Amino acid sequence: MSHFLTSPVGKKFIMSITGIFLMLFLIVHLTVNSLLMVGPDAFNSAAHFMTTNSFIMVLEPLLALGFIIHIIYSAYLTMQNQRLRPVHYKKVDRWGSSTWPSRNMFILGGLVLIFLVIHLSNFFWKVKFGDLDTVMVQGTQMHDLYGLVSALFINWWWYDLIYILGALFLALHLSHGFWAAFQSLGWDNDLWRVRLKRIAYVFAVIMGVGFSSIPVYFLITSG
Amino acid sequence: MKVKLKIWRQPNARSKGKFVDYDLDDISPEMSFLEMLDALNTRLIQQGDDPVAYEHDCREGICGSCGLFINGRPHGPEREVATCQLHMRSFRDGDTIVVEPWRAKAFPVIKDLVVDRSAFEKIMDAGGFVSVDTGSAPEANTTPVKKQNAERAFDAGVCIGCGACVAACKNSSASLFVAAKISQLALLPQGKAEAQRRALNMVARMEELGFGSCTSTEACEVECPKSISLDHIARMNREYLRASFSEEKD
Repeated sequence: MSHFLTSPVGKKFIMSITGIFLMLFLIVHLTVNSLLMVGPDAFNSAAHFMTTNSFIMVLEPLLALGFIIHIIYSAYLTMQNQRLRPVHYKKVDRWGSSTWPSRNMFILGGLVLIFLVIHLSNFFWKVKFGDLDTVMVQGTQMHDLYGLVSALFINWWWYDLIYILGALFLALHLSHGFWAAFQSLGWDNDLWRVRLKRIAYVFAVIMGVGFSSIPVYFLITSG
Repeated sequence: MKVKLKIWRQPNARSKGKFVDYDLDDISPEMSFLEMLDALNTRLIQQGDDPVAYEHDCREGICGSCGLFINGRPHGPEREVATCQLHMRSFRDGDTIVVEPWRAKAFPVIKDLVVDRSAFEKIMDAGGFVSVDTGSAPEANTTPVKKQNAERAFDAGVCIGCGACVAACKNSSASLFVAAKISQLALLPQGKAEAQRRALNMVARMEELGFGSCTSTEACEVECPKSISLDHIARMNREYLRASFSEEKD
């Protein structure tokens, strides 16, 4: 195990494990977010649960750690890999041999990171440190997160655009990342490769369409 | 047919190279790519110029020495062929063809289009063999080998070590080559005894020699003249992870 974390397989193992953890988070995140389209009380109650439940509160720093390791390792891997071809080709034709997202995971990840910073400053920061309005739902006093989200998406159209683009970049990242994560773990053979790739595309489409449907919903319903 | 060649010329490992243009007028579409280069070299020698250095041996796609990066792809535009099996009929009259050596830190240029691929030999030295005494050939039915495994081992065993996987990979990774060797031996009874140690040692050696990690773009599989499957990389990862998590003191 001494060289595991610096070995080519070990580094991809770390990317894979953190990536799978972040994908599990995305499933939970999208499930809660979809309640925005059900109504204010449903979403506020779910958000209240997510911010007060002790199990979730333990998971929160772990999630942050997952993001940090995934980002740092990707930068480390990319920098290391780029040094391994000191003289570049004059002409490179990769369109017939690999997909654009598979070659540009770092760029797509970087775009998702930019989105993430905007997203955290829009919501997470305000929930943690801001002065939010409160509402009463079934006898419990809680933050009006629905009000915060709907105000942002209804009043600022460019935020809708940013969130739709963020979902698109995430979907492209996942279209390769989902399958590659399992390939790095060694879960791949002549049968499972096709299956995992299909699941990857379905997962990417669900995440992309799911997350972008929320700003679209508010744009449509606000008239 | 007429072609315009842009060929990387570099007198030796220390000097700086550059692209030189050559126009060829009398090229038959039936010529192989290497025969076309031979025609160019004949002309250069007659003119008293230094011929273009490139590697070749069997010219029938099994020795793995003739790897060239042609118009942005290892071994040129056709699938499942080495450079020697590429023919000029794959190009159009008047085409400009860019010919480059494999580009990777681990494959330094020796001269023109010839690169030093001895890094592959060093990886093989780290574990690409069976050192346990397997004795003389046993009776065929005493050691059953699943037919599918025999076929998978053969699929990995057809690797000719040309280096196209490294040339094609955006990370200059030798994962497909190393995986083919690990897989070929791990799938068969003779290689099983040392499978874990082999995986650890060969992957470590690959890293030391300056090859990158695998992003699973699948470019190596597509560009491999023998179409070696990326599934072997998954098997290498399995073998390596299993070995890492069950490693014991020697």
